[in-house]
Amino acid sequence: MTLFGDPATWLPLTFATLMGLSILIYVVLDGFDLGVGVLFPLAEDAEKDRMIASIGPFWDANETWLVLAIGLLLVAFPVAHGTILTALYLPVSVMLIGLILRGVAFEFRVKAPTRWKKPWNRAFFAGSLMTALAQGYMLGIYIMGLQITPMTVGFGALTAVFLTVAYSFIGAAWLILKTEDLLQAKAVRWARGGIFGVILGLGAVSLASPLVSPRIFEKWFSVPEIFLLAPLPLFSVALIAVLWAVLRRLPTRDDSFAWVPFVAAVSLFVLGFFGMAYSFYPYVVPEQLTIYEAASAPESLFIILIGTVFVLPMILGYTVLAYTVFRGKAVTLSYD
Amino acid sequence: MDALLLSRIQFGANISFHILFPTITIALGWVLLFFRLRFNRTGDEAWLEAYRFWVKVFALSFAMGVVSGITMSFQFGTNWPGFMETVGNIAGPLLAYEVLTAFFLEAVFLGIMLFGMSRVPGWLHTLSTFLVAFGTTMSAFWILVLNSWMHTPAGFEMRDGVAHATDWMAIIFNPSMPYRLAHMLLASGLTVAFLIAGISAFRSLLGDRTAGIRRTLRTGIMMGAVLIPVQILAGDMHGLNTLEHQPQKVAAMEGNWDTRGNVPLLLFAIPDEAARENRLEIGIPNGASLILKHHADGVVPGLNDFVAADGTVTHPPVAPVFFSFRIMVGTGMAMLLLSWAAVALMWRRGGVDGLPKPLLLAMVPMAFSGWVATLAGWYTTEIGRQPWLVQGVLTTEAAVADVPAPMVATSLGAYLAVYAALLAAYVGVLFYLARRAAKGEPPEAHIPQSGEAIAIETPAE
Ligand code: HDD
Ligand code: HEM
Ligand code: HEM
Repeated sequence: MTLFGDPATWLPLTFATLMGLSILIYVVLDGFDLGVGVLFPLAEDAEKDRMIASIGPFWDANETWLVLAIGLLLVAFPVAHGTILTALYLPVSVMLIGLILRGVAFEFRVKAPTRWKKPWNRAFFAGSLMTALAQGYMLGIYIMGLQITPMTVGFGALTAVFLTVAYSFIGAAWLILKTEDLLQAKAVRWARGGIFGVILGLGAVSLASPLVSPRIFEKWFSVPEIFLLAPLPLFSVALIAVLWAVLRRLPTRDDSFAWVPFVAAVSLFVLGFFGMAYSFYPYVVPEQLTIYEAASAPESLFIILIGTVFVLPMILGYTVLAYTVFRGKAVTLSYD
Repeated sequence: MDALLLSRIQFGANISFHILFPTITIALGWVLLFFRLRFNRTGDEAWLEAYRFWVKVFALSFAMGVVSGITMSFQFGTNWPGFMETVGNIAGPLLAYEVLTAFFLEAVFLGIMLFGMSRVPGWLHTLSTFLVAFGTTMSAFWILVLNSWMHTPAGFEMRDGVAHATDWMAIIFNPSMPYRLAHMLLASGLTVAFLIAGISAFRSLLGDRTAGIRRTLRTGIMMGAVLIPVQILAGDMHGLNTLEHQPQKVAAMEGNWDTRGNVPLLLFAIPDEAARENRLEIGIPNGASLILKHHADGVVPGLNDFVAADGTVTHPPVAPVFFSFRIMVGTGMAMLLLSWAAVALMWRRGGVDGLPKPLLLAMVPMAFSGWVATLAGWYTTEIGRQPWLVQGVLTTEAAVADVPAPMVATSLGAYLAVYAALLAAYVGVLFYLARRAAKGEPPEAHIPQSGEAIAIETPAE
């Protein structure tokens, strides 16, 4: 294929983009449902059912984006896949056990005998928390170039906490959108508390990445890049200001503006993600392996690309269908 | 223990746990579609009642399948990086197609199938049920293509120690794929048939004689009775295919040490790999020769052909393959006996009400016979491939990750604890749901709502 020039250049780039896209979609979508799990202990029993009802029809599809992201890493950059996952062996195991616990708790908490409901609620919270913390820790270690030293572990612990707070923030924003009355008012309070964590977290990552890597420092703080990139942090600050203002007025009587926190939170996630993607390009293993060195054979990538081009729009289409079918405020889930 | 052995145990434990639930969901999806269509056609509430009960089992099994499946997809990277580095160009696209064509389809429409009955028109709900069933079957297709390719690789060439695809049709339709796919789909059908029959028999023993339960009991028994002979035939053809491509595996399955004719079919023996002979043999004369070569004096390959001149053994460990094969076939025979006896009695005594109590009692433990046979079958085939990971291309040893053994031991311990607890919870909840349904109680306990303000139902849009 010479249609677009050398496939050894554009195929890895395409796949890196696709992979980045699935990670982004994953972080936003599973972010809100993990966040709902992290907020679980703060709610009353009946509110818990409503919180589950708001994510019940979606969580499985949300997690599938993780499977796609890890699948794309695996198929497009096999060497990087091995390097990254063996370096992150323990946090990956913690995350997987967390995902197992929370995934089955959805089902068990309503199907098991009533006296088991409490323990399953706890499993749902514990699983969500383990997953969020493990993902945050992995993010930190990845930013630190997959090195394990006391300093990087400390930074990892910090990102673990911040990502968990960020997830609970977007989870609270989702609940503001999907619930009403007392629970909605509670969610507004949770979101007000979470916003500080989000600010600190964004700040920590933005400061640490250029400090750790002179290369990233170069990419951001040289002319003209610094001017071209300026909108990124400026937009983020503007969004935070909007969030601040809206959260102080919510909940409104006619439920107007209930969508603003969620949309703003998603936009923040997207901006943060682009900042990171810009910092790390062209590396897939920071400072060690570029996407071009790690890519698999062009003919295999091509086969996948054809499938992706046809299937991805369909997936997006029926995902929209599902969100449309279950739009509006969450009501009690039932099989009828 | 070293990291290799621990990683193998961990992979084996994870995939064994995972496969339990796909085997249920693959066929149960189609059975639910059947219930749903029968209801659409007849308007008979009993079918809807059957649908309502089994959709819960489906949802629970599906969740277990998803979470353990996610674990599986990380295993390649955390424990077997050599696998993707060597055959990633082939395994990658197959796994990617599984995600793209199957997982999203199932996951998205599952939400509508489970919770959408009153939110979407009937046809869309039926269509969602179909798409979920179709999705699970597609995912079985892709993963079995990959697994079959690992047993009988085709359509590739090695360049600098890395496999490159040359012919995708040959890769997908590799020599053992059709047999393995057919055998696995049938295995799933049988697992579900006996699960439905077993749980329905349990409810019936508790005095539940509703129309719904008679329908499902009958469905389970008939399904089992029809599928088991087909499975035996498919298994036989699968074995002949394996004889052609992996003779050392068949030699281990038969416990045959020397290549010769007139090989007996061993019903029992204790293979002794140190002495390279069997102890306590009980067999049917010429049986194995007849089955594998269709002649009493047909020559069957023996394990001693797979020992190199320097004494290196290139055949799989004999005893696990030998015994797990017998467990699978034995379970198949038990299924045949039970389902045909039930059909004969139903025919003579007028339907499921004529089934005697001992037979119903026997069906309850057989509810999980499909699991036993499926696991035993996979152990036969996967251990029978050792020491290879991809037959003739990559050894298991060469693929293992360089992760410290204590780390693998930690994660393995955690997985085993979680799996044991979940398995107990799953089986417990299955029988709990059945007991509640038998008593006519709504399966979901009513939870006292505290904050009434949020318990107000907003009408569905
Ligand atoms: C014969 C069937 C079969 C076999 C041998 C396997 N699977 Fe599987 N898998 C399924 C049949 C299936 C399924 C029925 O399609 C599941 C169950 C629930 C689901 O979502 O799909 C599934 C789920 C499932 C999921 C979760 C999908 C989701 O999020 O919806 C993953 C990531 C995997 N599998 C991966 C694997 C891997 C890496 C395997 C082997 C090494 C494997 N599966 C063996
Ligand atoms: C689903 C049912 C399956 C079961 C119960 C099963 C079971 C096992 C077991 C017990 C082993 C260990 C063999 C040994 O070390 O002696 C193994 C190995 C392996 N199987 Fe499977 N298997 C299944 C399906 C698959 C599929 C579909 C794939 C491919 C996608 C696969 C890929 C592997 C790999 C990579 C290994 C190597 C690791 C090892 O040797 O332990 N298996 N399997
Ligand atoms: C008595 C009849 C049966 C015969 C003759 C038979 C034959 C076989 C053979 C020869 C294999 C090994 C394939 C290989 O070498 O790769 C196998 C594997 C297997 N069997 Fe059976 N089988 C029988 C019954 C069953 C039953 C009742 C089930 C489940 C309900 C089952 C499930 C499996 C599975 C899941 C595998 C592994 C997957 C595969 O390789 O296809 N079998 N069977």
